[in-house]
Amino acid sequence: MDIDLLSTAYSILAVVAVGSALGVVFGRSPVASLLFMVSSLASIAGIFVILEAHFLAAIQVMVYAGAIMVLFLFVIMLLNLGHDYQQDLKGWAWSMVALFVSGGIGGVLVQRFLDLRGTGLSLGLGLPNGNALDRSIEELGALGVIAEPLYTTYVVPFEITGILLLVAIVGALVLAKRNVEGGGTVDGGAAGGEGGR
Amino acid sequence: MEPISGVPAVLAMLGKIVGIFTAVMIVVAYTTYAERRVSAWIQDRHGPNRVGPFGLLQPIADGIKNILKEETMPATANRFWFVLGPMLSIIPALVAIAVVPFAAPLPTPWGVVDMVVADVPIGVLWVLAIGSLGIYGIVISGWASNNKYAFLGALRASAQMVSYEVALGLALIATLMLAGNVTLTEMVWQQQQLDWWYAFPLSLAFILFVISAFAETNRLPFDMPEAESELVTGYHTEYSAMKFSMFFIAEYAHMMTASALMATLFLGGWDIPFATWDDAYYWQGQYISGFDEAGAPIAASLAAWKSLATYAVFSLKTAFFLFLYIWVRWTLPRFRYDQVMTLGWKVMLPVSLAYVMVVASTILVLDYLEIPYGFVFGLVLTVVSGLCTLGFLFFLDRDRVIAGAAVPHRLDRPVRMPDTRVPGPAIRGD
Repeated sequence: MDIDLLSTAYSILAVVAVGSALGVVFGRSPVASLLFMVSSLASIAGIFVILEAHFLAAIQVMVYAGAIMVLFLFVIMLLNLGHDYQQDLKGWAWSMVALFVSGGIGGVLVQRFLDLRGTGLSLGLGLPNGNALDRSIEELGALGVIAEPLYTTYVVPFEITGILLLVAIVGALVLAKRNVEGGGTVDGGAAGGEGGR
Repeated sequence: MEPISGVPAVLAMLGKIVGIFTAVMIVVAYTTYAERRVSAWIQDRHGPNRVGPFGLLQPIADGIKNILKEETMPATANRFWFVLGPMLSIIPALVAIAVVPFAAPLPTPWGVVDMVVADVPIGVLWVLAIGSLGIYGIVISGWASNNKYAFLGALRASAQMVSYEVALGLALIATLMLAGNVTLTEMVWQQQQLDWWYAFPLSLAFILFVISAFAETNRLPFDMPEAESELVTGYHTEYSAMKFSMFFIAEYAHMMTASALMATLFLGGWDIPFATWDDAYYWQGQYISGFDEAGAPIAASLAAWKSLATYAVFSLKTAFFLFLYIWVRWTLPRFRYDQVMTLGWKVMLPVSLAYVMVVASTILVLDYLEIPYGFVFGLVLTVVSGLCTLGFLFFLDRDRVIAGAAVPHRLDRPVRMPDTRVPGPAIRGD
């Protein structure tokens, strides 16, 4: 019964995730595309829950669906109103590049899918060393499973990622600051960053 | 005593879901009543007192009125998103409370029932995740209304909620470090073990959390998204009848969740103060109430009346915070928008960051000195946090960061006002 329930939940979430992802691409309204993306991210969080990665699921919703997508919404609503999408369409050269990149990634994924087909590992719900994972969750808690390797084995890559993000933030600040000075008035509050078009 | 399993467990789960949903709706209805009665009391008026004894049936009358009223649909609104907005607003508000434990485990003939709807392993992160989704309802409805006041309210709401979520999360980290886990059941247990509610050893985190929670629920003095004097009523300007009512229910449900969360994180949840007979925790296959001198677990004696008593205590604590919400709303004036942002980014964020460092260092030192997790441990943290809190309060409330519009005339030194002048052409003859 358990397996059936999980498989059903997985199928629903997978269909919603892929369907919403298509909605992001084919939607005409940027706001609708964005909400489709939120729904897609939320479904992927649901799949994380099925895979017993509760912490990843929470972070997925909190950071991506909750914070980053809200900022996207902010930008779309403030800057992209009344724009016609026709101007944003790229020429055939860009289409070829896009086709090449997406086709390459898609090909790798399909190849991986075909590889797994023969192995008997149930797709999507296949947990390698499922018992070991259960044990470590029991031992360290849902957070400890992530935190323990992150701050011991992988602490250097983790810190480097942090510095990378810091560089990006400082860079964004520098760019925004120059714009404000060139644009004249500085209005207080969060909207100050995009002043001076 | 074994935890409940099988078919009775499913039934118990359904019972808890229905019970909590009903309780939330009733509390929401009567919080609106309390809001009006308490505001009347504070302003020396009578308040609603005509419908039923003491006006107690007023919320029901309001509900019927809202269902019967005409739904208006602005001609220029985006129909689909306009209808979706209130729904996106009310759902996160109602599901966030699912992880809060509201009483001691209840023994039944079929096994012990945990008095929490969903004790998910990520605990308090669930509340944060769901809470962060609550913004969409407000933003979408403000945008779909196609009304500049509604839109401004929605933008303010999203900016404010994103800003204060940072301080909220950092205040939370202090409690997570002390408890060593994120599930709220465990949080309650750790507070019982420490002999201190976290409001004392983590007093500054408590204050920061309460301030952030006010901002997150868009309540005065942080109700910028619906500031009546500036934005009509902000994001729900164009909404009427039951759609407006859904925003109203969502706001009060958010308040209730925040109150229950504050009670659980900082006031010991359902723990009864100065008593250990109520302590209970599911530990390695059995319910225990603590450990004896040798470190062996003591079995907990569960009883229905204990569950009831702890539930009453939990309700009292939640009601206290709900009252605090109302009390503050009818006492303090509203901030200016730039003051809200200044407070969030320039005060709350650095203070909470520094405080997390202080708490982490203190816990590290205490662990290094091998002081056991108990009364002395809490006492040291209480002293350290108390000093931090004193420093914070003396820093915050001295007109340095948040200057009011009125000129303070009883201060010796001049007050630095934020420079909000807009450069423009000089007016001749001025």
